[in-house]
Amino acid sequence: MASYSDYIVGAPLVDTAAPDGPIETRWERRRFGVKLVNPANKRKMKVIVVGTGLAGGSAAATLAELGYQVSSFCYQDSPRRAHSIAAQGGINAAKNYRGDGDSIHRLFYDTVKGGDFRSRESNVHRLAEISVQIIDQCVAQGVPFAREYGGLLDTRSFGGAQVSRTFYARGQTGQQLLLGAYQALERQIDAGGVTMYSRHEMLELIVVDGRARGIVARDLVTGETRSHLADAVVLASGGYGNVFYLSTNAKGCNVTASWRAHRKGALFANPCYTQIHPTCIPVSGDHQSKLTLMSESLRNDGRVWVPQKAGDSRAPRDIPEAERDYFLERQYPAFGNLVPRDIASRAAKNVCDAGRGVGPTGLGVYLDFADAIGRLGRPAVAAKYGNLFQMYQRITGEDPYEVPMRIFPAVHYTMGGLWVDYDLQSSIPGLFVVGEANFSDHGANRLGASALMQGLADGYFVLPNTIGDYLARGVEPVAADAPEVREAEAAVAGRVEKLLSIDGDRTVDSFHRELGHLMWDHCGMERTAEGLHKALERIPELRREFWQSVKVPGSAATLNQSLEKAGRVADFLELGELMCLDALHREESCGGHFRAESQTEDHEAARKDDEFSYVAAWEFTGQGSAPVLHKEDLHFEYVTPSQRSYK
Amino acid sequence: MVINGEPHGPQKATTTCQLHLRHFSDGETITVEPFRAAAFGVVKDLVVDRGAFDRIIAAGGYVSAPTGAAPEAHATPVPKRNADRAFTAAACIGCGACVAACPNGSASLFLGAKITHLGELPQGQPERSDRVIRMVKTHDAEGFGGCTNTGECAVACPKEIPLDVISQLNRDYLAAVTHRR
Ligand SMILES: Cc1cc2nc3c(=O)[nH]c(=O)nc-3n(C[C@H](O)[C@H](O)[C@H](O)COP(=O)(O)OP(=O)(O)OC[C@H]3O[C@@H](n4cnc5c(N)ncnc54)[C@H](O)[C@@H]3O)c2cc1C
Ligand code: SF4
Repeated sequence: MASYSDYIVGAPLVDTAAPDGPIETRWERRRFGVKLVNPANKRKMKVIVVGTGLAGGSAAATLAELGYQVSSFCYQDSPRRAHSIAAQGGINAAKNYRGDGDSIHRLFYDTVKGGDFRSRESNVHRLAEISVQIIDQCVAQGVPFAREYGGLLDTRSFGGAQVSRTFYARGQTGQQLLLGAYQALERQIDAGGVTMYSRHEMLELIVVDGRARGIVARDLVTGETRSHLADAVVLASGGYGNVFYLSTNAKGCNVTASWRAHRKGALFANPCYTQIHPTCIPVSGDHQSKLTLMSESLRNDGRVWVPQKAGDSRAPRDIPEAERDYFLERQYPAFGNLVPRDIASRAAKNVCDAGRGVGPTGLGVYLDFADAIGRLGRPAVAAKYGNLFQMYQRITGEDPYEVPMRIFPAVHYTMGGLWVDYDLQSSIPGLFVVGEANFSDHGANRLGASALMQGLADGYFVLPNTIGDYLARGVEPVAADAPEVREAEAAVAGRVEKLLSIDGDRTVDSFHRELGHLMWDHCGMERTAEGLHKALERIPELRREFWQSVKVPGSAATLNQSLEKAGRVADFLELGELMCLDALHREESCGGHFRAESQTEDHEAARKDDEFSYVAAWEFTGQGSAPVLHKEDLHFEYVTPSQRSYK
Repeated sequence: MVINGEPHGPQKATTTCQLHLRHFSDGETITVEPFRAAAFGVVKDLVVDRGAFDRIIAAGGYVSAPTGAAPEAHATPVPKRNADRAFTAAACIGCGACVAACPNGSASLFLGAKITHLGELPQGQPERSDRVIRMVKTHDAEGFGGCTNTGECAVACPKEIPLDVISQLNRDYLAAVTHRR
């Protein structure tokens, strides 16, 4: 048996299917190069889309508009309840409506730099190009973006950008964009182009002759598991932040769809790149199972500070100006409170580690609106942030108009995900991955308001073009009783039965919580070889204990939420280990991945481009056997890698 | 769910999942029930089937705007007044509290919210009459009751969807059927 920290370096990944030549025309040229499917054939081709968030909803609707037969899956009771609904802040687009110097090139540049030079230039440029079409598309659907008195669209600046390019719909941008995609999806359901399977969970990928040919899904109401076959499978199943137990993600978010595909051969890229968001409501106690994000837009007007003295327990309003440390403004005079998320989060952690944190647990910093209220007046502040203030007050019982908010970083987004090429195809032919579930565009750190953009770019505009190239080349029919199909069904049934039969004495949640603590302590905001070794020793033990002593009440033949949770935690217990291994192997700091051993003199992340300018794509080789690392080298022709500076 | 007889419990403009126990007194007994309505079957315990809401949307709660065919977003300015009203209506989360609160089990507030959202926008005009006719038909066929203006729905609504979306629904419906004749 391999030691927990072993891995094998395999063949590099050289073909990413991206055209070369001038970056401005790569996407256009790729679209032109794509083989087209004859409309009469489209009607006979079946595509499965797992997930109905921004990425999956937009993909399923568009594929059906093109004429494909689509089967769409989500585990919620309605496609409209995908986690994308939670996004508050906004969506970026290089419209340059403000004339403030924005352009496709600037959005491209900001995103490559924001990602700390760990993303592909080709992909990011395409994303920036498509961003402008997304806004047009959503407006045409009736998405009620914020508007100005003249009737034109309003924008704001957001999360580390110096131009105003973020479109928003009060604090509900995600909901409104998702409703747009959902309504387009419902239109196709009505027209017969999409068959909707709500309350269905994908538990296995079916691979026949090396190609993705379907999924095994469990009907969460009746408990029935069965296979669904297709010509291609699209995963749009979201991110895996819940591996940390506490995160801003919805409780149901999970890695199962991606992880099952990984076990069947899909490479998993950069699993350790996770985003810790600086403005969340601090944890209040051990019983807590969910964290709440406060939109980052608050940093446009709120000022972040802590007392200068460690252990200063005076009420915030009793601390005079001269004894406060506005640490972001002090350390980063150019960007101040608007530095990117990874930087803001780590700075908050550092002041708390130094004993200057505030609130009952000492794990918090102030976000203060007193200046803004003085400058703009209370009504203007209320118009901008009223609903966020209300939400804060509802949760904490404190009034942010009177006392500064307290915030602390929390796990929010996962940049890593299944490896895909420029066409969004994974390493398994016929398996495509879109949205947060893939690794494609954000490198080691995502900029605010870029996930919604990427999900919709993938789903509306990229995948519907590129999947045709695969389908046009022809896919053989597969029999419903093919041995691979039967095996996948049997594997799911076996797993469900096993989970229910252990009947041990520890709850699923207690395993999840312990895993989450390990991940947060050792694979969170700051990582060290020592800590990662500890986690890598403990996680396999914890997994063994899980399979020996977990208690899953109820039966398989009905709605059983404990069973659903157990399956998800079982997969997190495998993913967590790979994340730690990836973090251990990457002996540099970049974006959200901060290795304490690799920092500059003033404690900023020190990248090592000579050694680590690559995507780490991991191949599964079996439980307990060393995974294989495939490296995809990153090349920068348009944005020269530099040490990121926001000073 | 219904808490102490009220959908989403006692706090105004607050969903169940945002409701904190500090709003109840120590030792108090709290009664919880599913959202009950003829059109919402109980799946298990507190879980109900709100699939009828999706089918109402599928019957026209959209603007037909196939991907890729959209004009430049600034080609059609929308007066802020209309945009704001559309937004207020679009805030509906499809929770179903309005139906559970209604003595007739009507989904008029939910339906009116979508009609108002799309009807306030220039993009929603071409399909406006067909939309309301088809959506009302589906609403009735799904077993939701008629509206008798009790106003209970707007009191229960966590997103504070105003009652006037129902007047809008009635006006649009009347205009559509008159126009069709
Ligand atoms: C609180 C919060 C606020 C955010 N705010 C912003 C913001 O302002 N701007 C921004 O750009 N980004 C924001 N983000 C990030 C962004 O919302 C997400 O990255 C994005 O919405 C993900 O979309 P998605 O379509 O990839 O996945 P999701 O919306 O998570 O959808 C996943 C779908 O997959 C389905 N699914 C998953 N697993 C299975 C399975 N095994 N079987 C069947 N179905 C399955 C689910 O049912 C669901 O339909 C925010 C994130 C959070 C948590
Ligand atoms: S109108 Fe209000 S109560 Fe009814 S479904 Fe929408 S949000 Fe819920």
